[in-house]
Amino acid sequence: MTPLLAATSEAAINWHTVMFYVIALCACGFAVIVALTNNIVRMAFALIVSLAATSGLLFLAGAYFVGAMQLMIYVGGTVVLLIFGVMLTAQKAFITMRTQAGDWILGLLVGGTLLAVLVQLVFLIPEWQSSNYQSTADAQLVAYAEELKSQRARGEEITAEQRRRLELMAVKASEGMPQRTGEIGLALIGVRADKIESEQTGLAGYLLPFEIVSVHLLVVLVGAAFLARAKRHHHGGDVS
Amino acid sequence: MSFLSEPIGLSHYLAVGAFLFVTGVVCMATKRNALGILMGIELVLNGAIVNFVGFACPYFRDENLGLDGHLIALFVIVLAAAEAAVALAIALNFYNNHATIDVDRADELKG
Repeated sequence: MTPLLAATSEAAINWHTVMFYVIALCACGFAVIVALTNNIVRMAFALIVSLAATSGLLFLAGAYFVGAMQLMIYVGGTVVLLIFGVMLTAQKAFITMRTQAGDWILGLLVGGTLLAVLVQLVFLIPEWQSSNYQSTADAQLVAYAEELKSQRARGEEITAEQRRRLELMAVKASEGMPQRTGEIGLALIGVRADKIESEQTGLAGYLLPFEIVSVHLLVVLVGAAFLARAKRHHHGGDVS
Repeated sequence: MSFLSEPIGLSHYLAVGAFLFVTGVVCMATKRNALGILMGIELVLNGAIVNFVGFACPYFRDENLGLDGHLIALFVIVLAAAEAAVALAIALNFYNNHATIDVDRADELKG
């Protein structure tokens, strides 16, 4: 089974890559629609699709928990808040507000220059360009399988520990990403499960930022409720 | 179609992040509607999240950010939610007082 896996992995289409291109095209295309359309309702809809496609990118990178949080908090919370704002202020004159042509030209010129510089910079560094994770994991798996095969040929039995190591390597070659949700939860209360204990000095986890962001959220919600409260008009004297 | 058979690298994720960032900046610079500017900010923060998660992915590089990148992306998401709540409250307050959400008309503090 394993030599077959190594032989087919060079020529076949890499479905991870195909999915990445499809989802990235979706995210970027709808982001362009957000920037270019004048209608505020269409902008809100395109923003939803763009953010959902971005969460797909996060799933592809193995950040399952962050991708789920992106879907729940961003798409389910923040954009719904924005759409409420759109609905509350959607008078006829504000649904399509046009920008002057000079602003468009200046904005697109500066944005295009920035994008050209950034993309050129991103593809400049050779070790960022392609990942050799799959090929090295495949090579390790094949080498270990050959080793075990020669051991069998010498007449020795394969122990349960070796079999387990082979299975672990096969898992690493087939998906590779560890499941990290529990480690994220432990890091938020100050325990780093992914580091050795001797390497942790001082504040290893994220307990203090977690507390700060909790209090920050509370203050922000109270402040938002205070700012957006209904106005009471006091007209002095005419209250009967 | 050789680009479909080779694995993607960190560069692709950073390019998508850069594209989302630039789109958000253009959106912020050209929109006159206050809520449109808010949507531009959301796009910029999304570019940052994509970059952090790309750097954190063990699939791309051996010495990655790991768990730190995921946690910082989570904090960015929480801050974006808080920022949207406050900015929306300010926009609604401005709309109540001035009956417009055109940011060009918000020039009372002009020096």
